[in-house]
Amino acid sequence: MMQEIAGWALETAKRRGASYADARVMDIRHRDISTKNGEVGTLSESESLGIGVRVIANGSWGFASTDRLTREAVQACAAEAVAIAKASSLAKTEDVALAPEAAYVDVWQNPYLKDPFRIPVERQIDLLLAADKEMRSVKGVTVAEGSMSFRRIDQLFVSSIGSSIHQTKVQSGAGIVALSFSGNELQKRSYPNSFGGQHMLRGYELVEELDLVGNAQRVAEECVALHSAAQCPQGQSTIILDSSQLGLQIHESVGHPIELDRVLGMEANFAGMSFLTTDKLRKLKYGSDIVNVVADARLEHGPGLGTFAYDDEGVPAQCIPVISNGLFTGYLSSRETAPAIGEKRSGGTVRCESWNRLPMIRMTNISINPGTWKYEDLIADTDDAIYMETNRSWSIDDRRYHFQFSTEIGWEIKGGKKGRMIKNPSYSGITTEFWNSCDAICSRDYWTLWGTPNCGKGQPMQTMGTGHGASPARFRNVKIGVAFSK
Amino acid sequence: MARTKITISELQRLAERVLKIAKANRLDGAEVDAGADTDALTRFANNTIHQNVAEETLAISFRAIIDGRTARATTNKTDDESLRRVVQAATSLAKNQPKNPDLLPLLGKQKYQKVSRFFSSTADTTPQDRAKAVAKICKHAAKHKQTAAGIFVSGSSQSIFANSKGLFAHYEQTRAEFSITILETDSSGWAKANSPDIRQIDPIELAESASEKSAKSRKPRELAPGHYVTILEPAAVLDLMGFLFFDFSGTALEDKRSCLTGRMGQKLFGENITVWDDAYHPLQTGFPYDGEGEPRQKVLLIDRGLAKNVVYARATAKRMKAKPTGHGFSLPNDFGEAPMNIVFAGGYKSVDDMIRSTEHGVLVTRLWYIREVDPFSKIVTGMTRDGTFLVENGKIAGGIRNFRFNQSIIEMLANVEMLGPAVRSAGEEAFEMVVPAMKVRDFHFSEVTKF
Repeated sequence: MMQEIAGWALETAKRRGASYADARVMDIRHRDISTKNGEVGTLSESESLGIGVRVIANGSWGFASTDRLTREAVQACAAEAVAIAKASSLAKTEDVALAPEAAYVDVWQNPYLKDPFRIPVERQIDLLLAADKEMRSVKGVTVAEGSMSFRRIDQLFVSSIGSSIHQTKVQSGAGIVALSFSGNELQKRSYPNSFGGQHMLRGYELVEELDLVGNAQRVAEECVALHSAAQCPQGQSTIILDSSQLGLQIHESVGHPIELDRVLGMEANFAGMSFLTTDKLRKLKYGSDIVNVVADARLEHGPGLGTFAYDDEGVPAQCIPVISNGLFTGYLSSRETAPAIGEKRSGGTVRCESWNRLPMIRMTNISINPGTWKYEDLIADTDDAIYMETNRSWSIDDRRYHFQFSTEIGWEIKGGKKGRMIKNPSYSGITTEFWNSCDAICSRDYWTLWGTPNCGKGQPMQTMGTGHGASPARFRNVKIGVAFSK
Repeated sequence: MARTKITISELQRLAERVLKIAKANRLDGAEVDAGADTDALTRFANNTIHQNVAEETLAISFRAIIDGRTARATTNKTDDESLRRVVQAATSLAKNQPKNPDLLPLLGKQKYQKVSRFFSSTADTTPQDRAKAVAKICKHAAKHKQTAAGIFVSGSSQSIFANSKGLFAHYEQTRAEFSITILETDSSGWAKANSPDIRQIDPIELAESASEKSAKSRKPRELAPGHYVTILEPAAVLDLMGFLFFDFSGTALEDKRSCLTGRMGQKLFGENITVWDDAYHPLQTGFPYDGEGEPRQKVLLIDRGLAKNVVYARATAKRMKAKPTGHGFSLPNDFGEAPMNIVFAGGYKSVDDMIRSTEHGVLVTRLWYIREVDPFSKIVTGMTRDGTFLVENGKIAGGIRNFRFNQSIIEMLANVEMLGPAVRSAGEEAFEMVVPAMKVRDFHFSEVTKF
């Protein structure tokens, strides 16, 4: 049925004068569960089926989408995409040209062990309520929250160059949060990560492995203890970031600046531009010699939220070296933008949130390669530093130079030992100065492929999942504590 | 082969079909929220249209209530089997959970204040209309050796809300938005407007304003971080306020996650700050009812600096012995309610008046990437963007490099020296509000970036 629907769209687009057309039929299912203070909060399922048709006509782009999937409605949608493209050509400076790509016919599904939609919802709620109970058993916890979310995306991509690619992706995520209000302070601890926990392209086995119940009491106790912890000092310091915070640091200060549409000005009005102008490719010393970052969408990188077999314009998943021994070596590109940097082929990074959204350049799995340090050795090698763990807030300017991050908790490191707890940790800096100050990265044993399920970009806004592999790393001479400065 | 839009009566028939299926399932309560949206967005950058999209979407959301439990399922498929499945899914989810002691019976029939927010001038806008306006602006920018980027949006929504106790509500609205950034080698300017009526938006005027800001902020100098008298244009005020008003919620108070915890009735803000939530204000948009069909009330949130009232969903109101105000989210949810139609009282000073009265200060067009640093003192961080100026001796002295700020919103609203008239403002970090420009003292810019 999907094939037939997509075929109606392509046929109409070509007949109406499109020089290129592609269509995505997507059937998306969600399940969202949350608990708060011993009760069920959100409990919902949703499904959404529709088609998005993208065309080039008169040398310009047009896109239209519909969830009415009768032959007439799909043909009208494709005709509108062509009409929109022709309207676009009223304000064009040159014809859109796409980097060449082969046609593919393929079927792919991500591997998983347990279909989260087949696990009884009662069992999922019970797990969250058990973790909730553990957190509330700690005196001083004012709110305990837990959440799970599951997504299945069944999608067919067809294009006028002859591709027909059917991909099915199953994604799972879960996390818990403890809040404690006391005096004039609200503290928070999350596990395994903030803002929804950990999310991967896996089945329910991920949730079981997280051991939410086993970690609930610890995070609750840490949350309450933060009230009596020392305030993060202000000044210059060595910092060590845990792998989840480093994952977000990569997302904001490497992942976004390497989006080539942003570099070329296409996001100037909303998400902004990038300091990484094209003259910096293979010339800029982005980080220290030990910093190696890749954009890897292939399954062999791991089941991240940026893992797939083909992107949403039919280009196979690839691994792009982004930073190689500190040197800036690669952008995230599309069929339209790749020629701007002299590439003969797209980097295969184009994705859309749903059938009603235009595919655009999105991060895949942007990961820092593991280093050589054992975590214990890294701590023992550090005289005076703050270890910062689990993101609490994040902000970066619209060219991705200046950032400021806060984490939920910190730990003082003195004389090679982890000491007292620090509250309200924060650090700030300039992207390239920060990455050039990295002098130690922990090994593969400490490397986690984190999922960021809520990356926003584009107009209309699209939310996308991205992956970020990281292990704890040390940075020298970083500004800390500015967030609470007076 | 033109596309046909779903009508209110078609939506009503869909809702009736769902309620009929639900009746056969012998539920204690059934609720349907059916909505159809048509949206189009023309996006331009580098003086050319690079994206141009249109979508039509339908969502049929069903809530089942059975034996003190509730759950929701949503579909966009309209065949009988899919409608039966959505009812079954919500029912099955509802049954497989513990009882909810806070769950209330459905509301019966309600009376709603009429609001008129559908304009055919907006609904009938074509891709050609938007493209012609954009083409004109791109040509103008190129002529002035500037680069234009932005969006031109038009769209409409139809909604039906009905339940098994006879409640029936419907709402329709159009929306139009134009946003533009004008770029030069080392400067930029920005302007944005948003209205249900596209005739209220003048893309040329907005483009000229952005162009002027870009021209005036060329060769930006670096100013030392510190505390400055700061003039915030309405869009900058809006995006900051987006981080304050979710705290004006009964549930947030109960959870002790509101900055008003233990502070209700206190004079937290300046005497010149008065704020309502008012869904019926002529510059506001949105539904006259909440996620359960409760009519929205006008609520005084801040009265001359005093934290006066918060809003309540039905269940929150019952727990807190208050009256529901019609601000609840769709059930089930974790957060209860929030005011969504913020209206400031405003003042009478223009931005020019504020500039003229400033010896040494900063003028901010727009803020960016605002995030909460501390939820109780309400410190937020973020950056200035697209038009940040030094003001000296009552005049704009030129562009400056963008600042990072770390500023308590509570302290800021206690430091307001001048207020402009409240206008409908559009930003990127908050839903639209009716807010004024503000001149504030001691605004804390903590660091500076490279451009």
